[in-house]
Amino acid sequence: MQKNVLGGLKEYESKLNTIWTQLLLERGSTDGATEEEESKEFTSLFLEAIKLGGNSTDLNSQEFDKLYDLLTGISISRAKRGFSPRETGQYIISFKEAASKILSEIESEPAALYAANLELSTIVDNLTIMTFESFLKGREDVIARQTEEISEISTPVIRVWEGVVALPIIGTLDSSRTQIVMENLLQQIVDTGSSIAILDISGVPAVDSLVAQHLIKTVSATRLMGAECIISGIRPEIAQTVVHLGIDLTGIVTKATLASALQTAFEMLQLTVVKRK
Amino acid sequence: MAITKNRSMMITATNKVEIAIVREQDVVPLRNRVKDYGVKAGMSILNQTKLITATSELVRNLLKYGGGGKVLVEEVNNGRDKGVRATFIDNGPGIADIDLAMKDGYSTGKSLGLGLPGTKRLVNEFDIKTEMGVGTTVTIIKWKNG
Ligand SMILES: Nc1ncnc2c1ncn2[C@@H]1O[C@H](COP(=O)(O)OP(=O)(O)OP(=O)(O)O)[C@@H](O)[C@H]1O
Ligand SMILES: [Mg+2]
Repeated sequence: MQKNVLGGLKEYESKLNTIWTQLLLERGSTDGATEEEESKEFTSLFLEAIKLGGNSTDLNSQEFDKLYDLLTGISISRAKRGFSPRETGQYIISFKEAASKILSEIESEPAALYAANLELSTIVDNLTIMTFESFLKGREDVIARQTEEISEISTPVIRVWEGVVALPIIGTLDSSRTQIVMENLLQQIVDTGSSIAILDISGVPAVDSLVAQHLIKTVSATRLMGAECIISGIRPEIAQTVVHLGIDLTGIVTKATLASALQTAFEMLQLTVVKRK
Repeated sequence: MAITKNRSMMITATNKVEIAIVREQDVVPLRNRVKDYGVKAGMSILNQTKLITATSELVRNLLKYGGGGKVLVEEVNNGRDKGVRATFIDNGPGIADIDLAMKDGYSTGKSLGLGLPGTKRLVNEFDIKTEMGVGTTVTIIKWKNG
């Protein structure tokens, strides 16, 4: 049975904290006092995990659970405070250095020291990887939130004339986006008392059968509200592709440009635009 | 470089990429990637649009019916023309009756039922292989001047 050199660190807990903090301060990888408590807790949970039998052969064993939870929290909170992933990586790596330093003081036999350092490395390297994963997770959450926000702000309903609203769609129309578009449009028709809605798809890169189906649904819903819906901005290549796909848009008023859609809307409202002499 | 024999014409394929498709969010990046290949082959806007629309249909089927899978995209050349080949591979339930699935308006998903037949009309070469319980593979080629 090998002796548990790593477990011996337990008696040097406060010294370990001191060396670690010193390394962090030298490297500027900490913002000082705010983090001291967390760091102390980290050390204590690390030593506790080792004491409970946590080791490199099973890095997913439950002995490490508390330590992992704390570390995830630290990584996310550091990401929010503006630390780079490199700095957070440094934070953990410095812990390894501090621990390794103490190990060489308490163990003089080379083979045992080597084994203890290897064990320490394997465990801490895994912790380092976890900090990156947590960091990315934090970023992904931000991206997901932004994506949602973008899909909301990029579907404005514009009142172009008394009784006419227009909705320019930019980007891909997926199911969730169509839902937002439709709700916005129907609400605006009610709020403005409009009788004509123009859906401009100049900014939609491709109209496949799913997008077409969404457009058809939106038109039907508009009609149910007693308003007419014109689809504009159908580029020549989109028109040809839609025909080849076999999508039937007869029965829907379609126009090449927003200008001609507006012209049609004026005709429906029996308005004429005349040039002043 | 892979060489396949096709109707007495040799097709050489280069620059293969494999893109995993597991969720709706993977659709747009794939389409953009395929579009880049179309642009590189020198396709007109019309042919690019046909290609990305076909891609869109097939990748949605792969997600909706195949439960996800992967797509291979390659530049192809038959000696006379350049083009793009895309292969959609899933390990889903397969299609029981291909002839029926290829009919306009046939859908088990309460949809328009235009994806497969429409795609066939949009591209120059269309091949579908399916086995019940094993999965479905659809291969399309759009030639620059096709
Ligand atoms: N990858 C696949 N795996 C299993 N079944 C498929 C697959 N692709 C298509 N199918 C079957 O073939 C039918 C026809 O597909 P198609 O794409 O033509 O129509 P759709 O997807 O139902 O409707 P649309 O594409 O017009 O929205 C589907 O309803 C489905 O039953
Ligand atoms: Mg389909």
